[in-house]
Amino acid sequence: MTCDEARILLHALLDNELDAGHAREVEAHVAGCPNCTAELAAQREMQRVLADTNLRYTAPASLRSRIEASLPQAQRQQPSRRAVLRGFAMGSAVSALAASGVVAVVLRQDDQQRILSEVVSAHLRSLQAGHLTDVVSTDQHTVKPWFNGKLDVAPPVIDLTAQGFTLVGGRLDYIDARAIGAVVYKRRQHVINLFVSQTASTEHRPPKTQSMQGFNCRRWGDRGLNFWAVSDLGADELAEFVDKFDAAMKANVEG
Amino acid sequence: MPATDDVQKAQRFREAALPHLDDVYTLARYLLRDASDAEDAVQECYLRALKHFDSYRGPAMKPWLFAILRNVCNAEYARRAHRPTPIEDTPGAAEQTPLWQETEANPETEVLRSRDAGAIRKLIDTLAEPFKETFVLREINNLSYREIAEAVGVPVGTVMSRLARARAMLRAAWMAGEEQAR
Repeated sequence: MTCDEARILLHALLDNELDAGHAREVEAHVAGCPNCTAELAAQREMQRVLADTNLRYTAPASLRSRIEASLPQAQRQQPSRRAVLRGFAMGSAVSALAASGVVAVVLRQDDQQRILSEVVSAHLRSLQAGHLTDVVSTDQHTVKPWFNGKLDVAPPVIDLTAQGFTLVGGRLDYIDARAIGAVVYKRRQHVINLFVSQTASTEHRPPKTQSMQGFNCRRWGDRGLNFWAVSDLGADELAEFVDKFDAAMKANVEG
Repeated sequence: MPATDDVQKAQRFREAALPHLDDVYTLARYLLRDASDAEDAVQECYLRALKHFDSYRGPAMKPWLFAILRNVCNAEYARRAHRPTPIEDTPGAAEQTPLWQETEANPETEVLRSRDAGAIRKLIDTLAEPFKETFVLREINNLSYREIAEAVGVPVGTVMSRLARARAMLRAAWMAGEEQAR
């Protein structure tokens, strides 16, 4: 190997770009040549100093947003999307949401609608003869332990007989392809199914009533649990049930 | 409303190309030596890249973006009639720079003093094309020789010899600065 060749190849050596055979050749030449030894040392030194210095530039934020803005995006101010939202009767509050939020809200609405329909179907099934309860008891201390080991949650079972809602038992059901607890109450001859499932969200979500196929469903979330109370009771009586259940649950927790 | 395909394509493009924005901008700054020209060039580069994203087959996104940026910068050079420095293989004065510096006869005593980034950037800016480009792609953008060859469209051997010359020139300029500082 000549010095001319080595002067070029030693850079490839520095950059780890040489295969083992060529690296050995260059190293052999450098070892026997003081000039090339000096050059390699000098270049290694310069590379070290360069590596210790930040020579990069950072793109200004304005450039990044200009490029972002030039890319096609589905979620930004699409009139047709707004029309869809009006269909959900969510009003201007939702259409004012940020671009990504809008899609999430639309999807969640679909999801909730589907789960509502499953909850109502489960309620209907439970009304068929022999399907209402797996465990029959008016005693909350019998119903609550029955759920143990059958679910990943312990549904709160609260006797509301004194408040006009009789506990009649409990049942396992399936909503959204998951096992879910159903606590069954009666007021007069009206059955109330209270479905309870676990949720990742621990925030309190205030109760909201929806109706489907003539049934009322009041749903809310509290302490990591989702609740759906379904009945053919009127909306006001169902709301009364939920209020009393909620109050009793709070009393239980605090007591 | 854009077609769903376009939106999905834009999303894939965003994920693949935007993480390299600082790299692309860095190369543009060195090539054009002007912040606002560099911004315009980078934006144009991303627009073109999105347009041709369908033909992108990988594997490496950076060399592909750099190749597009080079084309944009060459157009900018052509527009700048007052400073024609196209990136070409024209043997000029730069080629005559010796790879060997006599001042390095006594290398043990020659220790480069660390300089601030601004001073080193100025030194790099004095390098002539196409050596500066090769140097920046290797030393600052961290491309392999093969990737540089791909981005620039030359054989790996050419990359190697340009890099050797660029480093020799840079070291010469650096040492000259040290001489003056003494």
